[in-house]
Amino acid sequence: MRVEITVNGQPHTREVEPRLLLVHFLRDVLSLTGTHVGCDTSSCGACTVLLDGMAVKSCTVLAAQADGCAVTTIEGLAGQDGLSPVQEGFRQCHGLQCGFCTPGMVMAATALLTERPDPSEQEIRNGLKGNMCRCTGYQMIVESVQWAAANGGAR
Amino acid sequence: MIPAGFSYVRAGSVQEALDELSRHGGAARLLAGGHSLLPAMKLRRAEPGVLIDIGRLGELAYVRADGDRIAVGALTRHRTLERDPLVAEHVPLLAAAAARIGDQQVRNRGTIGGSLANADPAADLAAAVLALDGVLVARGPAGEREIPARKFFTGRCRSALAAGEMLTEIRLPAATDRSYAFEKFSRRALDWAVVGVAAQARPGGVAVALIGMGPTPVRATAVEEALAAGVPAAEAARLAARGCEPPDNAAASASYRAHLAEVLVGRALAAL
Repeated sequence: MRVEITVNGQPHTREVEPRLLLVHFLRDVLSLTGTHVGCDTSSCGACTVLLDGMAVKSCTVLAAQADGCAVTTIEGLAGQDGLSPVQEGFRQCHGLQCGFCTPGMVMAATALLTERPDPSEQEIRNGLKGNMCRCTGYQMIVESVQWAAANGGAR
Repeated sequence: MIPAGFSYVRAGSVQEALDELSRHGGAARLLAGGHSLLPAMKLRRAEPGVLIDIGRLGELAYVRADGDRIAVGALTRHRTLERDPLVAEHVPLLAAAAARIGDQQVRNRGTIGGSLANADPAADLAAAVLALDGVLVARGPAGEREIPARKFFTGRCRSALAAGEMLTEIRLPAATDRSYAFEKFSRRALDWAVVGVAAQARPGGVAVALIGMGPTPVRATAVEEALAAGVPAAEAARLAARGCEPPDNAAASASYRAHLAEVLVGRALAAL
């Protein structure tokens, strides 16, 4: 079937199998490998992207369901003027260790800050509970999101 | 993990979805938010030949007042239930349960109709709808019918929906008493409930529903009857597991679930 999906502002039209998952569309069809496949069972959140602005786990969405929609991946966050505040926050506060969960964490945090520009620590932890860091670096991740909230937010 | 192959149809209306369902018979499954069905398909526990995508049926995504009831369209997403002002005012228990489902990503996709039709015995919304004495509206080739929540769940992941029928609306009597509680225990932050409790105070008593305590969500009738008879809440909570057949599996033993039910019902009643 034919799908047209706008990814990071660029429209892409492709023939795909109905069973193709959005994460594989991004990684294998468009070669945007910033979005990671972690657990592949909608638990870990490594594959989180924004679908029409809302955080979703792209391993649990068919490319067919995203037809006609706009997707933002980690590759689409940085602007002309450099890293987004959330990305910069992870850099400033050492919000990553091995880095595998980072793209999903950054996307989930971006969605969180869009809705709650000034979240409490508890709201950050609650907002990120669908994202797992197997290095268990949660404290620095929360601090990174707090840094981002104080320095530009979701932009 | 890749699902087995299937053909994909996007329904443009409820009628179109029903037509597709009757055309394909048992080979077809409805796809709403997909957050139970797609994981099951990836594990090859479900291999439908046809997916009928109803995820874009705007006509089923609404919350509105309908006399003294609140009508919730089946395609209403969990995130909407969390935030909707009518839900917050008239059936806040539903918002409380929705807010505890999975995580923000799951709540952005999952729908109330999908969750109920999936009939998982540990589904948070099932507890709320059961405690609120909701009525589920099914539409099929023979027209529309109402199914009380108490009769909807017929077995583990089995519902009273007939072949060719789909859920279109959930009707909830507006709660006159704003005392409610939702409690659940999960292993990890985003996990399904091992056991969960929804409690809604109403004139003359309390409705208490349990999840994770049997093949279907159930009402804790022993607790409800004890409370109506004037038994103190802490004592009534000890009857939480009476009549239940909790599963005994890797997530929790049956006796541990029974213990959890008592503790969580006790907490819920204390919070009313």
